[in-house]
Amino acid sequence: MDFINHQLFIKDINVHIDPILPKKTAIITHGHADHARFGHDHVIATRQTIDIMKIRYGDKCAKKFTPLKYGQKYSIKNYDFTLYPAGHILGSAQVLIEKDNHRLVITGDYKVGKDETCKNFKLVRCDTLITEATFGLPVFQHPDPKDEIQKLIQSVKINKNNCHIVGAYALGKAQRVMNLLRQQNYNETIYIHGSLEKLCKYYSKEKINIGKFEKVSSKDKSFYEGKIIIAPPSALKDRWSRRFANPIICMASGWMTVKQRAKQQGIELPLVISDHSDWNELLDTINKSKAKNILITHGQEEALVYYCKKQNLLSKPLSLQGRSDEEIE
Amino acid sequence: MKKFSSLLHNLILTPSRNTKIKLLQDYFKTLDINRAYALAILSNQISFQFIKASKLKELVYEQVDQHLFDYSYDYVGDLAETISLIWPTKKDGKSQNLSTLIEIIKRIKKSEINKEFSKILSQLSNNERWTLIKICTGGLRIGVSERLVKTALADLYDKSVNEIEEIWHGLEFPYENLFQWLKNETSKPKIDFKKLFHPMMLANPVDEEKDFKRLNASEFQAEYKWDGIRVQLMTSLKSVSLYSRTGDNISSAFPEIIENTKGDAVIDGELLVGKSFKPSSFNDLQQRLNRKKASKNLQEKFPVFIRAYDILFYKGKDLRKLFLYERRKYLEKFQKENKNNQIDLSSIIKFKTWKELTKYKNNVHDDLNEGVMIKLKNSEYLPGRKKGYWYKWKKNPKLVDAILMYAQRGHGKRSSYYSDFTFGVWKENELVPIGRAYSGYTDKELLVLDKFIRNNTTNKFGPVREVKKEIILEVAFDDVFPSSRHKSGVAMRFPRIHRIRWDKPTNEVLSIEEFKKEFKIG
Repeated sequence: MDFINHQLFIKDINVHIDPILPKKTAIITHGHADHARFGHDHVIATRQTIDIMKIRYGDKCAKKFTPLKYGQKYSIKNYDFTLYPAGHILGSAQVLIEKDNHRLVITGDYKVGKDETCKNFKLVRCDTLITEATFGLPVFQHPDPKDEIQKLIQSVKINKNNCHIVGAYALGKAQRVMNLLRQQNYNETIYIHGSLEKLCKYYSKEKINIGKFEKVSSKDKSFYEGKIIIAPPSALKDRWSRRFANPIICMASGWMTVKQRAKQQGIELPLVISDHSDWNELLDTINKSKAKNILITHGQEEALVYYCKKQNLLSKPLSLQGRSDEEIE
Repeated sequence: MKKFSSLLHNLILTPSRNTKIKLLQDYFKTLDINRAYALAILSNQISFQFIKASKLKELVYEQVDQHLFDYSYDYVGDLAETISLIWPTKKDGKSQNLSTLIEIIKRIKKSEINKEFSKILSQLSNNERWTLIKICTGGLRIGVSERLVKTALADLYDKSVNEIEEIWHGLEFPYENLFQWLKNETSKPKIDFKKLFHPMMLANPVDEEKDFKRLNASEFQAEYKWDGIRVQLMTSLKSVSLYSRTGDNISSAFPEIIENTKGDAVIDGELLVGKSFKPSSFNDLQQRLNRKKASKNLQEKFPVFIRAYDILFYKGKDLRKLFLYERRKYLEKFQKENKNNQIDLSSIIKFKTWKELTKYKNNVHDDLNEGVMIKLKNSEYLPGRKKGYWYKWKKNPKLVDAILMYAQRGHGKRSSYYSDFTFGVWKENELVPIGRAYSGYTDKELLVLDKFIRNNTTNKFGPVREVKKEIILEVAFDDVFPSSRHKSGVAMRFPRIHRIRWDKPTNEVLSIEEFKKEFKIG
């Protein structure tokens, strides 16, 4: 455990995990902007994460890429690295680092629940676990996403003269919402904000069932009545959303558990759909990993640290640079 | 319960007034006993005295680890919501009617409250649990006023909202006469108006720039705005009762008023503490507030009286359609006939121009008035805050620069933001807190402060963050008193953040000695 420091940096071999600034060698857990950045010399990640980075930042966003399959071992000196599915978004991975019989797992962002848009989370036993804690409070107990997506489908049925704009992160959440709609037999065309187009096409190419979609265009206001539109959360408050007649503003996010949060953001139909583990899943992962040493990062660390200490596990929060506690998902 | 809780859920998330009305109307399409309970809840007529916030915490601590609950509550910022989310659900319970549920709760024996109420919470869904806790603790805060509910009902059943307003305080749960009238099964309920609390006429803050250009000073009369509590005194030959501005009967807390009042009238006035009609500070008045009864000792130490502003009824005659200057004559007549009452009259300030009124507003009566009221002489007594009739013009607040020391997350609308600030002034080389404020800033300033706090925390004490002593807040406050309960020896009344002083270095902030001297605290 003493071979990695607070910046997720292995000094010995000059390797960083998810660094914020350009570095020599960077292992990237997944394609979200707070983990995958532009300008590293050497990026090690799953093929899909590398594809996503290239879509977002261009083919030359790193000098060299090494794609790894899940479960494939990669060694630098006496360190062995293996990626395992994290179930967060397409291509997302946990990193297992082995050295001198010590196993350390960095979960990255992960969720335990089922998701058709990516490989599902695999539990990896280890001695030291560095886990995220986005929803590290017992108030977060995610409901079944099918029930949540049904709320959207029902609202579309009832409010025929409104359009529904669903705020969802452009990478991962948007496609998951689309896939969940398809699972519930919603077969209409889904309209998307322009910034989602490339990523949606990529998901389709990767044979993820997100169904038929079309970019929103400057059609007559009434055209979108009764339709579902998916847009990044930032667009909800933007002028962009005013082109639609009678929109009902929805948001797909784990934060929507808290009514006051939804209200603050002007969300009328909150959909509690998360790509992170909820409280019980975090505890379950910590316990089943058999790790004796738990480091906690990304979010609400205090309650998890408290819980771990009560279980007689060594635990402390890791405050990572450049990551404020609440904006990420 | 399911229907009512989803109504509340939708109401809280709907910004549009029209949509809120539509949601209410969908719910009140049938008028049954469940709707009667709903109406009572929406208009704050129901509360459970024995289930308070502290009791709820006690119950939740039996279910979950106290620290984990406290972390969660700090994050969520709303007690009902935290409990509803964290409660270990047992999903097998059947959903009950709203009315059945409330009747069950009403019948719980006090000795069994922990067990029985916990059982009920376990049978509900998250949203129902949230609703029930909101009902129990009172104050829904869902952005729906009583008026909006009445408007929705009136529109739905083709009545005018004023008709409902007029009879409202004479109606009682379960509202059978109201519902029958709405459904056109009977005529409008007959109410004995003399026995009713009459909704008070309220004032709007004056906009100095706009209003004084527009308004003609000669059409208005001015009075001092007293810093007490607004009351309505109802006296007849048979009985005397005293109501707060929200219509609560507060007679038992002020027996000297009840015992000494004679005459037959309904009076609108300010309740103040003071001997021989000389008001003392709000601090003194506070000794008499929030008490059900007042001991002899308390009555002697802090005697109360009413400073009358207006009269609504005189010897059975409804004066509310008369103009203010006409009502004033009745008020003076009433006062002359009943000289031994604990009542004096609010005096009328003579002034010719708005400029002349400024000096009355700012500095008279040694801080005991909050400013002046400006009332249209030709104003009827209209319930609510109607525009164009009565204005309040508050004194300029007192200002002091202080250094931000601690912050906490806010509640409700501001939940999750660090929006609750403790600030202090120097005491030798250390800072000593002088007050705490959670309002006054703009949304933009809040974001800046929130960010500063997250990035500059030096220490955490549970939910409280200590921050680098760099930010100077200009704090506005109405008054400051000596206080033995605070380390600094002072207590502020209604402090709020006026602005952030980016321009001032921290060493220019006053010391506590200078502060006390400036605001004349011994």
